[in-house]
Amino acid sequence: MTGDLLRLEGIGVRLGGRQILGDVSFSVRPGEFTGLIGPNGAGKTTLLKVILGLQAPSSGRVLVQDSARPRRGSLIGYVPQKLVIDPDMPLRARDVVSLGLDGNRLGFSFPSRQRRELVRETLRAVGAERYADARVGELSGGEQQRVLIAHALISRPRLLLLDEPLANLDLRSGHEIVALLGKLASEQEIAVLISAHDMNPLLSVMDRIVYLAAGRAATGSTAEVVTSEVLSGLYGHHVDVIRLHNRILVVAAEGEPVPAADDKAVVLDHGAA
Amino acid sequence: MHYLFAPGLLSSGPVRVALLVGTVVAITSGVTGVFTVIRGQSFAGHSLADVATTGGAGAFLVGVNQFWGFLAAGVAGAALMEAIGVQRRRGRDVATGVVLGGALGAAALFLYLGTQRTSVTGASFTILFGSMFVISPDTVPALIASGVVALLTVAVLARVLLLSSLSPELAAARGVRVRLAGAAYLIALAVSVSLSAVVIGAVLSTALLIGPAATALRVARGPARAMAASAAIGVAVTWLGVVLAYDSYYWPPHGHGWPVSFFVVVLVVLGYLLSYLPRPGGRPRAARRREAAHEAGHEAGHEAGHEAGREAGREAERDAACSPA
Repeated sequence: MTGDLLRLEGIGVRLGGRQILGDVSFSVRPGEFTGLIGPNGAGKTTLLKVILGLQAPSSGRVLVQDSARPRRGSLIGYVPQKLVIDPDMPLRARDVVSLGLDGNRLGFSFPSRQRRELVRETLRAVGAERYADARVGELSGGEQQRVLIAHALISRPRLLLLDEPLANLDLRSGHEIVALLGKLASEQEIAVLISAHDMNPLLSVMDRIVYLAAGRAATGSTAEVVTSEVLSGLYGHHVDVIRLHNRILVVAAEGEPVPAADDKAVVLDHGAA
Repeated sequence: MHYLFAPGLLSSGPVRVALLVGTVVAITSGVTGVFTVIRGQSFAGHSLADVATTGGAGAFLVGVNQFWGFLAAGVAGAALMEAIGVQRRRGRDVATGVVLGGALGAAALFLYLGTQRTSVTGASFTILFGSMFVISPDTVPALIASGVVALLTVAVLARVLLLSSLSPELAAARGVRVRLAGAAYLIALAVSVSLSAVVIGAVLSTALLIGPAATALRVARGPARAMAASAAIGVAVTWLGVVLAYDSYYWPPHGHGWPVSFFVVVLVVLGYLLSYLPRPGGRPRAARRREAAHEAGHEAGHEAGHEAGREAGREAERDAACSPA
């Protein structure tokens, strides 16, 4: 027993003759908040799919609770990238959360008071009780995100994976989602692994950063990883790391890839300071 | 002088068979149709009905009961569509279109040969547009059994299908075999469509599959209620259709009843149009969204103490105003 909830050992992925991921290794402990950061196309979503068992790695292995063949369904909760949900989709927020209990199983489920209570409790935990009866297709991006987090939480996973949950959210909803996830990690000992192209909204809650670029990963604390030396090594070209107020900007010569800092967010933070 | 519920209505054998089979078919189609609409497979559903026509025409040619032809062709069509790739977003229309085209060509031939060989007039009409009043009582048990099988299949798959339509990726991550569930659903859909081909005809069975479901999805909240409402609407239009068709024997031109399928389809369309009427006490969805957006923007602006929140609110408001209601 290593005490690691999740361990990736030398994960490599080749897709259609292209090396998407090279040699990615890191581990996540219970209750730890990990940010999976990198520019678009760095392989963040692919890596999450490998962890979920949806994509077989061409090299390396994934261990969940030290098992190479884990029962992922009950151990890992997953919140996919923003969904496009038709407003006529008959699922209310409470139905989506209820599907988190047994939406993966065949057969019937009958309404019970126990189930209703559990759904309500979970919606309350993510601050979404107010729109429990609204159709998910009619909710805003931030509201949908909360409902999907509740969907993932209701089966009491040990690890929560979120794919770019902050993309498409306004700054305020983004802050609220990050605060909520930080609380879940510290209070309920749920490990959180969240992918994002901008690390700044996560700086206050991240225990560990996994920085992904050019198919390779650097991992450690933000202070260890986000330096000009480490990131230049990852990207394979020179990048500067600028710390400004409480924000970090990664800057490269024009035309070289780095995670795009959200333009709007920069303007807004400037206004607040 | 006559009554809409003519005195002889329920003592007529064909009417009783029509009501019984019509009810089973309406419930099966109603429940199955909810998932057809949610999954965006209306075209596949309609094509399966057209494919069933081929089977019905073939059965007529060799002198077998048409239902078995509908069923065999429908299920075979579903399997073929699945093999070509009906579940891939890009492959969906192509798979459906290819199977549809081939099947209709065969149907044309079978119908031609069938009407040449026998002198049964109106057979083509019955296959294409159906008639509840000519269902042979011998097939009733088979019809009911098929309906129950399709209904049970859909009920058992319901949760998995809902999760898959919310996000196939999410369902797969939870261990759902998304493709297998989709294939099983497609078979149930083929059975359901074959049933309604018997009742209102192969060409029109889409109406009973899609209409009640689409109407129910506009008015009902929650998947269980949507399924129940869809089945109820289907049963209501079927019964009303039978009553009106029975009554139409008194309508001009005298002596010939109007086709029962016509009444059912017209009622389905009317029901769907009615769902667009503003509900008493309810506000249109767009207005609700606009208000919600305005509220959110106002709150955010207040808390952050600068323009950003109000700006975000205005943006959301614009989005709500621009998106179709």
